[in-house]
Amino acid sequence: MSRIELKNINKFYGSNHVLKDVDLVIEDGEFMTLLGPSGCGKTTTLRVIAGLEKPQQGTIHLDGKLIANAEEQFFEPPSKRGLNLVFQSYALWPHMTVFDNVAFGLKVAKLPKSKIHELVDSALSRMQIAEFSGRYPSELSGGQQQRVAIARAIASSPKLLLLDEPLSNLDAKLRIDMRSELKRLHQEMGTTIVYVTHDQVEALTLSSRIAIFFDGRIEQVGTPMQVYQNPATLRVASFIGNPRINIIDGTAEVTNEGLVVNSPFGEQRFDFSQCTPVVKGLDKFNCKLGFRPEQILISRTKTPGSLAAKVYSDMPAGSETLIQLTVGGQSFLAKQLGIKRYERDETVFLSIPDALLNIYDDSSGQLVKLSDSDEMQ
Amino acid sequence: MSRSKVRRLQGSSPGAGRRRLKNQILNALKNPYNIITLISVVLLAYLIIVPLIEMIRTTFTLARADLRRVPGGKAGESTLFYWNRLLFSEVSRNLFWLPLWNSLVIALWTSAISITLGSLIAWLMVRTDLPFKKFFSLAVIIPYMLPSWTKSIAWLAVFRNETIGGSAGFLSYLGLQSPDWLAYGPVAIIAVLSIHYYAYAYLLVSAALRSVNSELEEMGEIVGANKTMILRKITFPLVMPAILSSIILTFSKSMGTFGVPSFLGLKVNFYTISTSLYSTIQREKGTGFAISLVLIAIASINIFINQKLIGSRKSYATIGGKGGRTNTLSLGKWKGLIVALLILFLMVAVILPLGILLYQTFMLKAGDFGLSNFTLHYWLGEADPLISDGLPGVFKSAQFWMFVKNTLMLVALTSILATVFGQLLGYINSRGRHLKSGKLVEQMVFIPYLIPSIAFGAMYLAMFATPTRISLFGQSITLIPSLYGTFAILVLVSIVKHLPFASRAGTSNMLQISTELEEAGQLAGASFITRFLRIVFPLAKNGFMSGLMLILISIMKELDLIIILMTPTQATLPYMAYTYSTSGFQQPASAVAIVMFVLVFFFYWIANKFFHADIAGGLGG
Repeated sequence: MSRIELKNINKFYGSNHVLKDVDLVIEDGEFMTLLGPSGCGKTTTLRVIAGLEKPQQGTIHLDGKLIANAEEQFFEPPSKRGLNLVFQSYALWPHMTVFDNVAFGLKVAKLPKSKIHELVDSALSRMQIAEFSGRYPSELSGGQQQRVAIARAIASSPKLLLLDEPLSNLDAKLRIDMRSELKRLHQEMGTTIVYVTHDQVEALTLSSRIAIFFDGRIEQVGTPMQVYQNPATLRVASFIGNPRINIIDGTAEVTNEGLVVNSPFGEQRFDFSQCTPVVKGLDKFNCKLGFRPEQILISRTKTPGSLAAKVYSDMPAGSETLIQLTVGGQSFLAKQLGIKRYERDETVFLSIPDALLNIYDDSSGQLVKLSDSDEMQ
Repeated sequence: MSRSKVRRLQGSSPGAGRRRLKNQILNALKNPYNIITLISVVLLAYLIIVPLIEMIRTTFTLARADLRRVPGGKAGESTLFYWNRLLFSEVSRNLFWLPLWNSLVIALWTSAISITLGSLIAWLMVRTDLPFKKFFSLAVIIPYMLPSWTKSIAWLAVFRNETIGGSAGFLSYLGLQSPDWLAYGPVAIIAVLSIHYYAYAYLLVSAALRSVNSELEEMGEIVGANKTMILRKITFPLVMPAILSSIILTFSKSMGTFGVPSFLGLKVNFYTISTSLYSTIQREKGTGFAISLVLIAIASINIFINQKLIGSRKSYATIGGKGGRTNTLSLGKWKGLIVALLILFLMVAVILPLGILLYQTFMLKAGDFGLSNFTLHYWLGEADPLISDGLPGVFKSAQFWMFVKNTLMLVALTSILATVFGQLLGYINSRGRHLKSGKLVEQMVFIPYLIPSIAFGAMYLAMFATPTRISLFGQSITLIPSLYGTFAILVLVSIVKHLPFASRAGTSNMLQISTELEEAGQLAGASFITRFLRIVFPLAKNGFMSGLMLILISIMKELDLIIILMTPTQATLPYMAYTYSTSGFQQPASAVAIVMFVLVFFFYWIANKFFHADIAGGLGG
């Protein structure tokens, strides 16, 4: 259990600036997910925490103790940091049995034999793979190898467990099983976990908080629901959520009373309590309105404030139906529960509760108006 | 933000600066990669760069022994005498230009014949329904497994005639007097080299043919091309890079080879550049070293051309990967004839020479193939002053056993050391690919590959003939000891010459071991030594052993590399056969060659059986 504090981390590979001023505090017992597209620096951040990479700038504290200070070229070796890592490739030693793989670190630490046995057995049975202890990694399935890798990482009861895309090599069904397994493991052990993934569903379902990376920078840190409902930037908004968020153009003006937005949905007014601090620096600006597919209400009759749209195609998938719509040149996706059918080119009327809209400043991409879904419920 | 900007941003207290420096030094010292790399760079510089420079320097420095040829010269002063003598004097025709011309002729013919032969066999093996493929695929590389100089001894056993002196060969015994031009000289040399080097073309072209996706050819068929058109327009261009590559490899190897042209050329005063180098270096070192440098330059140009030519086209070979199903061309009525020709070829190239060689060792009087002449003297006989100047049978000869011991010691020692060093270099190459240090090491290791064996031996002669001392603080320190005539120099030169192969084997071996496996050990708290012993080495073991066996065999066959450096007490079996043969003791020379065959095949068998070594993997090593 521990609290990690990254301060102003900068990392270069040659002239390639891969981490830019990364600041991140991970609280004791948290399940923190580093999320982002590939090449955004999330794995590098994890490796910096592990001590496998040395940043050129910045400091790291673990439980208040300095473990890395780039300015003084001080880096505590990985094994002294009290953490362990599960690699994406699992990195199981192919020439050692499952038992030896898990026991290796304990042997290096020169624990007594009986203690090693006890710890290995407990780690293996926690991961439900005790019966494979004599096998070699090549004799196990992918899912079993994954369990061995996790057992190896937790055998020494690390204060901090780092996981680098651990589920990316598993098939879809196993991935869902392992997800709930990981969530349970976290709750049982109470260890702080830092988890790297590019899969937003994993991030949203597992994490207590998510840090979203783009181009080596942290763009937003928040709980899964904060990140989903109020993505801090347009980039985060279009990255999070599947199917992705709908965006249409509009214009906005900040007046004394609040924010006035003009869009295909007509004129909408919001007061400052619904806005982010970004609004203060703005006057008249081009904006983008963001709304989730499931927030669109579709009606076959015209209602006030609604917007006429044409059905491009309907895609029923049993539990839900996706409907592709066009308004002018722009197309949106709407989602409805259950099986819904629409005619091709049928005209329907859309409305979205004002409170749910996210509004972004087009030029900076920053969130200006918060979506307040609580109001709706 | 640039890196320097970051540095400037790090406003620092004086104490922090000092701690930073201390930590930096500690980090550098604690990083095993740095330490291995530093040691490697220093050693490689000392063993490769310094000898090369030393040799270049020698060609521009007047030696005491040559004072009388340069009026008014002083020993040690810089001079163009040797280069002048080599290139522009009255002796240069015989010393340099003629041998150079001879080498070129031999290299061109050898390349042409071996590439035709090799590609043809490759095509037959891969793309036709030739029967007994399994047998042929092994049989056709046997000539390559034998040292080329043993084939020269076999050649002589067949074609030697009486006009040159000494005893006659098998053909003469049958009453067919072989003409001089067939027994010795360029034709003989080209024939023997072609039978050796066609294996390069065979191995490279058959690998390329195998990697051509048959779908590419099937597509040709679908759009309506006929078989010859497909062969000409699709298959041939796709394997062209492999063919070009083997041409250059063969050309380069035959330019630099020493054994065959010395066995088959010196008797009739037919010199190539490498035999001219060997005989010149005995008399005048400076000129000999100059020839070496020319030889190195030619080899480097060849490799350069190879990389330029192939570089842009290399990608062909990998396109499409493996074609799942390769449809083979039916040989039809030609099948019987082709099989017969192949078997005839193998008879002529392998069985006949081996048989005659073996038979010759049982002949009391060379040249008389009759049964009445049968003897075991050359194997088991005690010394008899009437036979071969009193040489005992090889198994009774103390010298023979000493050479066997020397050979085995040399191959054991050098193959182990070269492999260990090669694995460490491979570790650096694989872990430091993105670093300047990794690239530097990779390039330094590559240099011995550029240098033909005989020139490489000459380089070590230049460096280790006399000790070099410097005086430091009043103490005389030997920087370079005099190693000529010692066993150590043979070990050293063999190790360094085989480093390119060893490190290539090491690199591919280490690349298979993911860095994450090591990092997982690092996280578990294992030190570098523990990680190397418990994780890297167990995983590298197989590659280590198969690399070791291939290096061992290659060193065992070696004659060119160490011939210049050997002295009668510090010599190996190839040297023994060489001196016997050049002194006219045919039967003892053949007996030693047979022993070599047996040893080489024994080690190949071990390598293949226990370590799954890829015999073709020794190619170019």
